[in-house]
Amino acid sequence: MLQVKVGTLNLRNPLILASGILDESGETMLRIAKNGAGGIVTKSIGIKEREGYENPVVYEFPGHMGLLNAIGLANPGIENYGEEIRIAKKGGVPIIGSIFGSNEDEFAYLGKKMEEYGADAIELNLSCPHAKGYGMEIGIDTELVERIVKKVKREVKIPVWAKLTPNTSNIVDIAKSAENADALVVINTVKGLAIDIDARMPVLSNIYGGYSGKCIKPIGVRAVYDIRREMDIPILGVGGVENYRDVIEYMMAGANAVEIGTAIRYKGINVFEEIAKNMESWMKENGFENAEELVGIVQRR
Amino acid sequence: MYRVVKIEKIKDEAKGIKTFRFHDSHKVEPGQFYMIWLPGVDEFPMSVSYVHDLKGVTVKKIGKGTEKMHGMKEGDKLWIRGPYGHGFKVEKGKALVVGGGSGMATLAPLIEKLKDYEVIIAARNKEELLFTERFKDVKIATDDGSLGYHGFATELAEIMLEENTYDVIYTCGPEPMMAKMVEIAKKRGIKIQASLERFMKCGIGICDSCSINGYRVCVDGPVFSSPLLFEMDELGKEKRRPSGLKVKI
Repeated sequence: MLQVKVGTLNLRNPLILASGILDESGETMLRIAKNGAGGIVTKSIGIKEREGYENPVVYEFPGHMGLLNAIGLANPGIENYGEEIRIAKKGGVPIIGSIFGSNEDEFAYLGKKMEEYGADAIELNLSCPHAKGYGMEIGIDTELVERIVKKVKREVKIPVWAKLTPNTSNIVDIAKSAENADALVVINTVKGLAIDIDARMPVLSNIYGGYSGKCIKPIGVRAVYDIRREMDIPILGVGGVENYRDVIEYMMAGANAVEIGTAIRYKGINVFEEIAKNMESWMKENGFENAEELVGIVQRR
Repeated sequence: MYRVVKIEKIKDEAKGIKTFRFHDSHKVEPGQFYMIWLPGVDEFPMSVSYVHDLKGVTVKKIGKGTEKMHGMKEGDKLWIRGPYGHGFKVEKGKALVVGGGSGMATLAPLIEKLKDYEVIIAARNKEELLFTERFKDVKIATDDGSLGYHGFATELAEIMLEENTYDVIYTCGPEPMMAKMVEIAKKRGIKIQASLERFMKCGIGICDSCSINGYRVCVDGPVFSSPLLFEMDELGKEKRRPSGLKVKI
């Protein structure tokens, strides 16, 4: 009932663990897979080992109002990542290798390594809002996005997903520049800043961070809706998914599946099983036999 | 969001170890920790060594943040969030508590809740022994023999386990010591709880930095119990750098 396809990739349910949340170590990813996720995107991996920023790297807003983070693309480096993928793969769900580079050659190299390690797809991080020279700084340049996507597509056989930033004046333009990808992942975090007034300074050591959680859901749903209105490409909806209603909302806007991250803070790693169960019940009550029937049904063309 | 607390009292406890007391109305279970932010310096996890109204953290000078904290005065402020994590569960029966070095800071509030127990306080030498005056009738072990049993806490524990019957072991200290205690508990078929430590970033279970065998020290721990502890093959052998790279201990 919950099975969906994202391009050629088959998922047992549309609930994928988003990049950056609990997906650095193979053992943790394996545990998430055993707890019901339909797929797992790894932490973004780059050419070299990176420690990330100094603490504080995460700020939690009171009242479940979400998180601001600037981990700083901490990762063990692509050469050290094969074993983690190998362990994660034991979970039996697709593992999508997230990568970040500063140009198309780095992305192509990283993509080839991920494919070699056994990743089922690649997610291009064109959208991290807090790392100089990477992510969003690349992802708002439509020509560079087009070159990166084309180059990686030429170099690997597995599907290539492009994760886009909402921190731009027109996400549809960026989406169109990534049209050669096999899927678009929409959205990454919203660039933000939090100040502790008692300390009289920004909380995060990096000053800026990426805002996530339920408050950004309308931004993500709107981005998915706008892109689906103009493109037929598979879309992964991301941003503020905490319950089954959020999943269905994203899918009705045009997403083929969703990614879930910050909700783990509030609901724990059982969030995937909980959403899957409730989503099935809702679909039965409302006469849907297959989750794919939901995709884009609110679109007016 | 942080709470700002004022340091009410500072006490020198042992060589390089100080206790800082402050008021915080949040309920804390033995074994839980705060994230302490020193604005402009660092943020780090610190287990709670006094859990009643006048809370306390007992801090060993080991890095930039803790060194700065050691230079602070009564009346200075700390930014805290938490308490976080799962603490100790008090089990029925007679307990053996094994604390090494600053690990005693984590165990101290647990010991206050126990009724039938014996405690081993261990350190490299007598200057580094922690809380020997806070608890009566404790057994002491020092690596250099400067006080008490001459040898490791684990060796003294084995002698005591040979002579007496215990229902549960609680431990916190250097990881090789805890790994050895877990091995001993497994061999003897005794329940064990251990408070683990890993490099921590978020403290709230999302970043995967502090994970050991797929379990997050910040949320699933820091106190883990048998039989899960018996299955953790990274314990005492492997940890992760801030980058996430797995390295040998």
